Formats: sequence, C-alpha cells, structure tokens
Amino acid sequence: MDKNGFFGNWGGAYIPEVLHQTFQELTAEYTRCRNDPDFWQEYLHLMSTYSCRPTPLTYAENLSAHFGGAKIYIKREDLNHTGAHKANNVMGQGLLVKRMGKKRVIAETGAGQHGMATATMAAKFGLECTIYMGEEDVLRQRPNVFWMEKMGATVVPVKDGSRTLKDAINEAFRDWVTNVDDTHYVFGTACGPAPFPEMVAWFQSIIGIEAADQILNYHGKMPKKIYACVGGGSNAMGIFKRFLEEPDVELIGVEAGGHGAESGAHAIRLSNPDAMPGVAQGYKTMFLQNSDGQMKPTHSVAAGLDYVGVSPILSDLWEKKQVRFESATDDEVMESLDITMKLEGIIPALESAHAFAGAFREAGQLANEDAIIINQSGRGDKDIFTIAHAFDDPSWKQFIIDRGKEYLQQ
Amino acid sequence: MILEQQLRKQLDTKDILLITHIVLGYPSFDVNREVIQQMVTNGVDCIEMQIPFSEPMADGPVILKANQDSLAAGTTVEECFVFAEEMTQRYDIPFLFMTYYNIIFAYGEEAFFKRSAKNRIKGLIIPDLPPEMAESFLEFAKTYQISPILIYTPTSTDQRMKELAGYGNGFIYCAARRGVTGKKSELGQDFDSYLARCRSATDLPLAVGFGIQNKEDIDVLKGKADMAVIGSRTITLVDTEGTEMVGSFIAGLR
Ligand SMILES: Cc1ncc(COP(=O)(O)O)c(C=O)c1O
Repeated sequence: MDKNGFFGNWGGAYIPEVLHQTFQELTAEYTRCRNDPDFWQEYLHLMSTYSCRPTPLTYAENLSAHFGGAKIYIKREDLNHTGAHKANNVMGQGLLVKRMGKKRVIAETGAGQHGMATATMAAKFGLECTIYMGEEDVLRQRPNVFWMEKMGATVVPVKDGSRTLKDAINEAFRDWVTNVDDTHYVFGTACGPAPFPEMVAWFQSIIGIEAADQILNYHGKMPKKIYACVGGGSNAMGIFKRFLEEPDVELIGVEAGGHGAESGAHAIRLSNPDAMPGVAQGYKTMFLQNSDGQMKPTHSVAAGLDYVGVSPILSDLWEKKQVRFESATDDEVMESLDITMKLEGIIPALESAHAFAGAFREAGQLANEDAIIINQSGRGDKDIFTIAHAFDDPSWKQFIIDRGKEYLQQ
Repeated sequence: MILEQQLRKQLDTKDILLITHIVLGYPSFDVNREVIQQMVTNGVDCIEMQIPFSEPMADGPVILKANQDSLAAGTTVEECFVFAEEMTQRYDIPFLFMTYYNIIFAYGEEAFFKRSAKNRIKGLIIPDLPPEMAESFLEFAKTYQISPILIYTPTSTDQRMKELAGYGNGFIYCAARRGVTGKKSELGQDFDSYLARCRSATDLPLAVGFGIQNKEDIDVLKGKADMAVIGSRTITLVDTEGTEMVGSFIAGLR
C-alpha cells in the first residue's frame, strides 16, 4: 500500500471530510499495532483461546478419489468461533477498538457471518453494537439475525437500493459520520477506504500462514493450487497472502456466477468483462456499473458474495496476473455442496461452496502427487433455509408448515 | 475565482446569501424547472444541482430517496448536463453541480470539466473526494475555472481547515454538524466557536449547510456566515405541499 492507500491503480481513501480525523487516528493505531510484535502475540492468544485457531487442514480423501486427480485439502475456517473466517478480522479490530477507547461498534453484513462475529466481539469486550443488513439478506440469513439479537446487538434492516451488502455499507457509513466520536466501524472485508483493505487482509493472513505449515507437514511440499471464494475478498486474501511468496502455487479466486455470466444476474467483477473501474464506498476498484457510473443490481444465491465491488488488493493482483479469477453459478454451487456433504460429512457455507465448485472443475486435471487447498470460509448452518428451499426438501417444508400453524394458533 | 467574485458582489447588498439544493430529475425535470424558477424569482443567490448517484453515502433519507427515485425514473448524466445548460442560460445566478466522484470518474475527469465549463457551471461539490485523492481533479478545476468547493466539519482540526483552504475556491461549505444531510442542527454555543474556527482558517466566503430549515436558523447565521444552504427542506416542501409553496417559503427566509 502506498502513502495514499493505493495498491497499484486501486484502493485509496475516498472519504467524506467528517471522517478525516478518525482515519488519521485509525491509521496511526493500526500502524502502531503492526509494528508491535506483542500485538500479534496477543491476537494469536485471543484466537487460540476464544476461537479455534489454528483451524484444521482436512484431507478430503473421498472427494480426492471421486475426482481422481489432486489430493484435495480443505482449510477449515468453518471451525472458527461463529462459524466463519470473519472472526479473524473482527477480533483483531476488537483489540484495536480497545486500544482506541471507543465505546460502540457498527458493522455491515451480507451473509450475517460478519455481523455475528461483530456482535460476539461486542458482547465479549462490553461494547454497544449496531449491525446494518440489507432487507433481502435479513430474510435469507434469518438464523444469524436471531443470534445477533440474542447477543445484544441491534440489527437494522436496510431498505434502500438493492437491499443487499452495498446498501448496508452505505448505511453503516451514514451512522459512522454521525457518531464518529465514540464509534468504530468494523469493516467486514478487504474493501472500503484505506487502511481497511490492508488491515483486514493482515488479520486474515493468519489463514494462509497456518495452511502453509500444515500442508508442508501433511503433504511434504507446497500445493499446486489454492481456491477461495471472492465476495469482498477477505477470506481469499487471507489464504492467498502467504502463498504470494511461492511462485509455483497458483491462486484462484472464484466469484459468484449467479444465473450465469451472460444472464446479467451475477456478481462477477474480475472474471468477466462486465465490470469497469470506479470509485464508490470509499475506494477505487472494478465495479459492476453502467456507463454513467450507477451501480448495477447483482445476484448470487450466496448473500456474502452478492456485492458490486471487490478488494482493491485483488484488483491489483488480477491486473498483475498473480491471481486467476473464475466464477461458479448458483446451480454448480448447489451440486458441489451436495457432493461435499455426502462424501465428506462437511457442510460448507453457500459462499465457500463457490470455491469448492471451482476446485472440483480442475482437480481431475492434476496428478495424484499434487495437492490443492480449498478455503472453506464458513459453515453452511446459516443457510439452512436457502439450501432446504433449493433442494425443495419435503420433510423440511412439512416441518416449517407445521411450526407455522402452531404459531398461528397461539 | 469567478464564483467568489460573483458571490462577493451579491454580498455587497445582502446580509446573507441563500443557496438551495435540488436533486436533478426528482420528481421530474419539469418540476425542477418550476422550482428553480420560483427560487430565483424569490431571491435565491446560488443553486446546487445534484446529479443523482446510486450510492449517495453522505446523504440522509430525504435526498437518498430523491436520488433513487430520480434514477428509477431513468435520469441520465447527459440529461443533467442538458438541463443545466438551459438553467444557466436562463438565469444569472451561479449554478453548481453536487455529485459523487464516480459520476465524474465514469464520464472522464477532463471531459466532465470541459462540459461543465461549456454549460457555465461555476463550482463542484463532491463530498467523497478529499483533496488527497483529487490531484488531477484540482488541476482541471484550475484549467477550466470551475471552483472546487471544499467542506469543513466540526471534526476538522484548525490545521486541517488551513490545509483545505489552500485547495478550495469559491467558498467553503461548513457542515453545521456531524452526520448526513437532513436532520436539524443545533446552532448554539459549540456551533459559534466552530464557526469562529472556520472564519479564522480562511478568507473564502463561508456557507453553512446541513439541517438549515427556517428563518430563525438563517437569522442566527447572519453576521457569522456569508451564506446559508437550504437542502432537504425544500425537497420535503415540494413533496408534501407542492411546487407552488416554494416561492413564498423562500421569500419568507430573509
Ligand atoms: C462464509 C463466508 N464466506 C465468504 C464471504 C465473502 O466475503 P469475503 O470475500 O470477504 O471473504 C462471506 C461474507 O459474508 C462469508 O460469510
């Protein structure tokens, strides 16, 4: 990152003047933490005692045999506390908030995992907490809304715009400019104005640092390829960062193909010519927008990938061809999810299942002595309604109908 | 340059200038046209025309909705330019564009300045473009003689205000409080000392905006600020009471 917050042509800090001073303070505190080895030790201790770090690297023997190529390893971010990689970033920012002495945290959330993690951190650190969530996402990620509220957070459904992640981000910014003195905005992904992209990627880099040790331990050498799903880009940057130092490891980001690249109903920003450079939500990146610069609606079955922009760090790595980008459609994702559950007894989040779909397409092309790693960014429990609906599961439907009747009679 | 001179000339005869805000294409360009006509006839001194953007991060509910409705009705940047040209031809007062940076970025910075200059736009207010991100933007502003209007807020330090004054031109927009557009501002003692800090940081005229709603607010500003910005209030007025009310509302402000 250069002094203005850019990674090559991307990034920056396009912030309203009212936040200038807060960003000065945040950047100063972040820089102090990065230069303080004790901070990282404190962070590791917190993550190994409150969350489940190091998370395992699981050898997926049955999937490997099924596709008949590379050995497939799965990095299990689903086993973090709150069920996704989001906790890595949130607990790190939580330590920062304590140092800065702020009393209140706010966050946007798409899948609800980042909101969950933030609500958890706020409960543990004794902070007030408000979560902004697009109305559409409130409906499709209802279990997470319930838990956030139970942990004492206020969940505000955002009814503007496309009623998804980008609108939740706008609304969180509106809160922040109003309550800047005592509030920290816990940005949930490697996007937004500097220093957020770099800071979030730093906290998430723990994924790749662990995975590199683990794969050397189990497999004796570096993997050939690593797959991660890309919403804003935090789990992808988290696992990629350490492996950017390894020239022979190919890094693949899998975006949300929605109903297909040609359908217009997707969130493919880098692996398809639909997106254009733009500046919104505080940073410059490739956005899905029209020629006037108005953001377009996006679609994905996975709320956490249903977003118009992407990490400026990934746009830079894309431009420099250090990361390859692919996409997976909603249908491919459901198939990958199904087979992973049946063969491995593992339930990936719909977001993570995009990385599985990308890997499954290519695993067979590699040799047996090669390994690949899939980053399982989260667990699928939160998606039970969406997945049950997509599988049109009769016994689940009957259960919902019966429960509905029971509540109606009360 | 041009904008500041024009404002100073108006200030020779008036104790405070009125700036109003409209969202282009909301509820329609026809209504914009009528509203502007009433505003100018009743003594508004400068009008900021907002080119709608899909992500208006610094705007509160009223202007946010106006942006969304305008875009939903199909408003394009091209239509905004055409309308702006019509207004600057018809009326003598200075017109400004307010919008978000992506609109300019997508149009092409230089092309946007060129077109704005051709349409006799006098200044640009871009709330998500701090000077650190605006190197080429500020160059084009000089070349095309369009004032970049910078923003002070109560969180700006004295040093930051001085820094901003060095980049700004035309006037400085002083946000009366933290937050987004729309909600009423308290113009009490804290506000006075904030405004005094603004005054000592720059020689440019000072406009006060965010939550200025009525004659009482404007009376408080007289002698302390050079201009008062009425934003969401007239949009709500048109929404609830119709276009005809704008004239008498403006006339009653000063
Ligand atoms: C489980 C899971 N994976 C992935 C994502 C996408 O975010 P990112 O690209 O920042 O990892 C989310 C976001 O909500 C998520 O909950």
